[in-house]
Amino acid sequence: MMKKISARISRRYIRVWQRNLTVYRKTWKISFLPPLLEPLFYILAFGVGLGALVGKVAYHNSEIPYVRFIAPALIAVNIMYNAFFENTFASFVRMYYQKTFDAILATPLTLEEIITGEIVWGATKSVIASFVMIVVISFFGFITYPHGLLIIPLALLGGIAFGSIGMFFTGIVPRIDIFNLPIFLFITPMFLFSGTFFPIENLPFWAQKLAFVLPLTHLVKLTRSFSFGVMDFDLLWNVGYLLLFSLVFFPLAIFVMHRRLIK
Amino acid sequence: MQYIIEAEGLKKTFDDFVAVDSISFQVRNGECFGILGPNGAGKTSTVRMIYGFSPLTGGKLKVFGLDITKGFRTIKSRVGVCQQENNLDPDLSVLQNLEVYARYFDISHKKAHRKAKELLKFMALEHREKDKVNELSGGMMRRLVFARALINDPDLLILDEPTTGLDPQSRHQVWERMEELRSMGLSILLTTHYMDEASRLCDRLIIMDHGRILVLDKPNELIREHIGNNIIEVDEPTNELRTYLQSERLAYEDMGHRLIIYSEESSNLFQYISDTYCNEGCILRMATLEDVFLKLTGRDLRE
Ligand SMILES: Nc1ncnc2c1ncn2[C@@H]1O[C@H](COP(=O)(O)OP(=O)(O)OP(=O)(O)O)[C@@H](O)[C@H]1O
Ligand SMILES: [Mg+2]
Repeated sequence: MMKKISARISRRYIRVWQRNLTVYRKTWKISFLPPLLEPLFYILAFGVGLGALVGKVAYHNSEIPYVRFIAPALIAVNIMYNAFFENTFASFVRMYYQKTFDAILATPLTLEEIITGEIVWGATKSVIASFVMIVVISFFGFITYPHGLLIIPLALLGGIAFGSIGMFFTGIVPRIDIFNLPIFLFITPMFLFSGTFFPIENLPFWAQKLAFVLPLTHLVKLTRSFSFGVMDFDLLWNVGYLLLFSLVFFPLAIFVMHRRLIK
Repeated sequence: MQYIIEAEGLKKTFDDFVAVDSISFQVRNGECFGILGPNGAGKTSTVRMIYGFSPLTGGKLKVFGLDITKGFRTIKSRVGVCQQENNLDPDLSVLQNLEVYARYFDISHKKAHRKAKELLKFMALEHREKDKVNELSGGMMRRLVFARALINDPDLLILDEPTTGLDPQSRHQVWERMEELRSMGLSILLTTHYMDEASRLCDRLIIMDHGRILVLDKPNELIREHIGNNIIEVDEPTNELRTYLQSERLAYEDMGHRLIIYSEESSNLFQYISDTYCNEGCILRMATLEDVFLKLTGRDLRE
């Protein structure tokens, strides 16, 4: 299957990416606001409010303020959200209501290229969001340089992983409101239990094992390590998991979209 | 190259349903070829295979002499398509719709911009270039879809009901544009429900029903062959008229409140019938493609 798919993907997928960029540029000022403001809100709420209750958290043989613990996780969550929501709701609107994909299918592009362009675009939004957040969080001194810059390419990988699974759901949901199901069963638990707001070690043993299946766990681990400049070879496992996750869901997304659209 | 499209045993099924039932036809280089048929006849399904949107279930299909399964990329880059649905991009302005579409064909921005402006003028939409497409009227959207189909300077233009929803003025404008394009040597594949449109524009056409081709010929030949020159229509016919027609072995169609009489020699017959049997309306008129269409596909509603 992989071979068949890759034979139908040329660099033309960039045209779909460009189309989305053209639309994005009309509203980029508004699109910049959430990644700009969100870390500020969280840092205020968790640093000033909740942080006072929680106190310090143990991280890598040292004690760190709670707000420093969650700041990198916020970037990971945003990487997930940007790609996932772009390739679910936004892609679904383009596919189903606007028939944008149908129109493009009358040009030299293949469906595989359209889907690739969409997923790469979703990942691009993850990269933009993570960039803005890194800038904001840097003002609080929570990012260690140059290691922290690795979050940018990581956002691309994470974006492709979450965009692919998002696109997979887009290929199978009958109606747009059904997206609430994967959000409730997949995204929300990840948001809470992937080592975002408390260390995974605080979970019961079985839940820790379960958490390692979730891609966000690996993304959080990586953004946190990069933010603190804690580098070790174990991180390659986390990168590997995200790669594997993408390699499974990217072809699956193309498969279900093919089944859905090519009649 | 003599033929721009060669379809042989072309077939399309959806699960068990046969939408296109092994049809064969050829479209000549430079001609306008029509596909007519009632709703659900399989026109769109046929056309979609030709522009590489749907895979064939069976048969052979060549466009520009290239096999569709192998040369789809080349074929798609040389074909312009006006799909049945107005799938314009609502996130983009009128002008951007054309410019962004041009990018899918790898046309440079400069060239795309020039071509887009030119096409908006060609379709009399230049005053709306900055508007959002959702602000256009239905007819304007349709003309924009038509313009978009020309962005890549195609060698084959495929139009799936290009004038549906247009007012008479716009329809005539589109017809004139199509005639201009055809006179420049562009090959056109057209599906339509308007028989006057098909008669005026098509060099040859097929009438399809239930996925099969019923007839293929020039519009005038079809009329001559299946109907004759003239038609007599009689409103509120009497039974005496029916008896007379049967005794004379004249072909007619009975719709209860109206009779349609097909006849070769018509003026004397018309004189006789209107003098003898006419109590309501009674007219003699030229036969049209619509008469052929209804005769061949019946008058029952589809779907
Ligand atoms: N994706 C599909 N899945 C199942 N059936 C389909 C699909 N597309 C078309 N059909 C069926 O195939 C038949 C032919 O459809 P098609 O759209 O080709 O007709 P058409 O001649 O273009 O009709 P119209 O004049 O209404 O546009 C119809 O009965 C239609 O319901
Ligand atoms: Mg149709």
